[in-house]
Amino acid sequence: MTVAVDKTKCIGCGACVVECPVEALDLIDGLAVVDPKKCEDHGKCALVCPTNALAVVKKPSKPSDELNEEAGSKFNLKDPLPESVKDYAQDNNNKTIRSQVTPVAGGDVWSGVWVIIEYTNGKVAPVSWELLGEGRKLADAIGCGLSGVITGYQVENVIPEAFAYGAEKVYVIDHPILKDYRSEPYAEAITGLVKKYQPEIILMGATSMGRDVFPAIATKLQTGLTADCTVLGIDPETKLLQQTRPAFGGNIMATILCRTSRPQMATVRPRVMAMPERVDGRVGELIQEEFTLEEENFRTKILEFISSDARSAFLDKAEIIVAVGLGIAAKRNMVIAEELAEVLGGTIAGTRGAVEAGWLTHDQQVGQSGVTVRPKVYIAIGISGAIQHLVGMETSDFIIAINNDPEAAILKVANYGIVGDLFQVVPALTAEFKKRLQHGVAN
Amino acid sequence: MNFVVCLKQVPDTSEVRIDPATNTLMREGVPSIINPYDAHGLEEAIRLKEKVGGKVTIVSMGPPQAKDALKKAMTYGADRAILLSDRAFGGSDSLATAYILSMALQKIHETEPIDVVFAGKEAIDGDTAQTGPGIAQRLGFPQLTYVIKVRELTETTITVERKTESGRQVVQAQLPALLTVEKELNDLRYATLPNMMNAATYEPEVWDVNSLPFDTKQMGLKGSPTSVSRIFAPPGRSGGEIMDAMNDPSGVAATVVQKIFQQNIIMVSPLAKGGKR
Repeated sequence: MTVAVDKTKCIGCGACVVECPVEALDLIDGLAVVDPKKCEDHGKCALVCPTNALAVVKKPSKPSDELNEEAGSKFNLKDPLPESVKDYAQDNNNKTIRSQVTPVAGGDVWSGVWVIIEYTNGKVAPVSWELLGEGRKLADAIGCGLSGVITGYQVENVIPEAFAYGAEKVYVIDHPILKDYRSEPYAEAITGLVKKYQPEIILMGATSMGRDVFPAIATKLQTGLTADCTVLGIDPETKLLQQTRPAFGGNIMATILCRTSRPQMATVRPRVMAMPERVDGRVGELIQEEFTLEEENFRTKILEFISSDARSAFLDKAEIIVAVGLGIAAKRNMVIAEELAEVLGGTIAGTRGAVEAGWLTHDQQVGQSGVTVRPKVYIAIGISGAIQHLVGMETSDFIIAINNDPEAAILKVANYGIVGDLFQVVPALTAEFKKRLQHGVAN
Repeated sequence: MNFVVCLKQVPDTSEVRIDPATNTLMREGVPSIINPYDAHGLEEAIRLKEKVGGKVTIVSMGPPQAKDALKKAMTYGADRAILLSDRAFGGSDSLATAYILSMALQKIHETEPIDVVFAGKEAIDGDTAQTGPGIAQRLGFPQLTYVIKVRELTETTITVERKTESGRQVVQAQLPALLTVEKELNDLRYATLPNMMNAATYEPEVWDVNSLPFDTKQMGLKGSPTSVSRIFAPPGRSGGEIMDAMNDPSGVAATVVQKIFQQNIIMVSPLAKGGKR
């Protein structure tokens, strides 16, 4: 009369441990373990298990209504406690099953979807607009408003852009201290806005800035944050934000929920969400807030900014990669790949062989002894596809490979495998892309 | 000066695979390693210690077997290693993990004031990059993420280069400060024989939930606001299309590019006006 755990299926996520009303479950060495003395066969654990690793061994002797999957979310603090959780709640005054005191989604207190617009060095990161597009869908699914947040210095020309990309409201903090991005003042500014206006969801691009400031904000607010999401959705029942992201080096996808605190925070990979339509002249409500802190409140200062070729930075975050292997034969032929990368706004990378030949530097190496990449598009030029290279790039969203050997391993992982002479095919591709991109940029 | 390195033992994610039949992680035989980014943080701490003198303390949270990672780390020349290990810590998300680690660092700070904390930019199993900044916030230290170079360390300040998408930001922070580091920061050393011999007999300290005045409501599964609701294999790589471009490279190239745009694999964004792209 207990719950059985299939250890081959258990992933140690702990959902069952939280759900168990009698604290009969625990995680030991990453696996769920049942204390048969405490287990009362409620079966709630089996219902929440994402991998179906749990099963109630015998048919529960209790009435079936105790297995009601939705009991948690329908729980009202004013109602008397259900029998099954009474003891637990009495012993744990302050942690009365947290999933049952979830702030009401779409309610008056925590309401609205916010997108933090990244504005640095006079430029808006395009992912900010992509998130306004995605934020629109989420806000519609919940039935709430969509707002943009701009923090920085001299940001007035960004405001109409935010409206044009779909924000109904724009919150602005414009102050000289916020001129260059620094963690401390940005985290203070955004946290202040969130505390005052209480949005239920806040989103930002998973850029170096988003991934720096969001953890600081989440800690200040004591709320959950999910990094690098690639899919967002709203649970139709609970209105919770479903945050899906790759984990374990891209080997698995995990959907994360933030049930117990607000706001729900997520950073989203650039170029995953579609760019929304830009409608000039759209207007909305503008809310300007003061920034009250002084420079002496902050313990960092920017001494210098050294601009660099953006495309050489962050190979593991690059969205379009043009990679070369020994097939290009000589350093002078690198120009073929560079021209394609130039047209696409892509980043140059390569195999260990190309690095050892001296055509590339070590930080451009993809594979087991280099960087693992996960771009939207990976174009492999003259790469045979040794396993050490494949493990570093096979989770790319879309792979195009050009090789003259029809047996090359790279062609087996490619979405499009082009068997041909790279010295003819690649310039032809470059010319075709150029034609289509002459009035815009690749995205 | 006192340096603390936050270090995580992780499964080598390049060895992890999904069993396509059962849709579960195949963890058997996957080796555990020191998170590669953390190793570069340790290297930098030891370099700075060699330069200015002081002590390097390693702090990790994990199951008892994470001691192996700490012992390995000791072979590079660290002075002390502390493992936070308790069932009550299990299942913590990044917010709760940062809380537990920050409590340990606070304890160290009380007796041996910390100057610089190092952590990897992220762990390769979770890739969240949240625990480092979370610790900095809780301790009230300035955070410097994505560090690729330590330019200068003085009695009161540290100056570093941070990597961003558009270039390198040179930032000076008052000490104590927390750095999260990239692999470019330095090249790892090999363990020396004396350090290996010291490490062989070194036993890391183990702190549990009773070692510090923890608020148990902020840790473990119940203290973690985020939870996993579903795990699945990424969409499989279906057999691709092979095209023969031996005879007509231009024609095939045109077809491929056309398909790429038709399927929105690459989209065209209008060039933004006024340099706001």
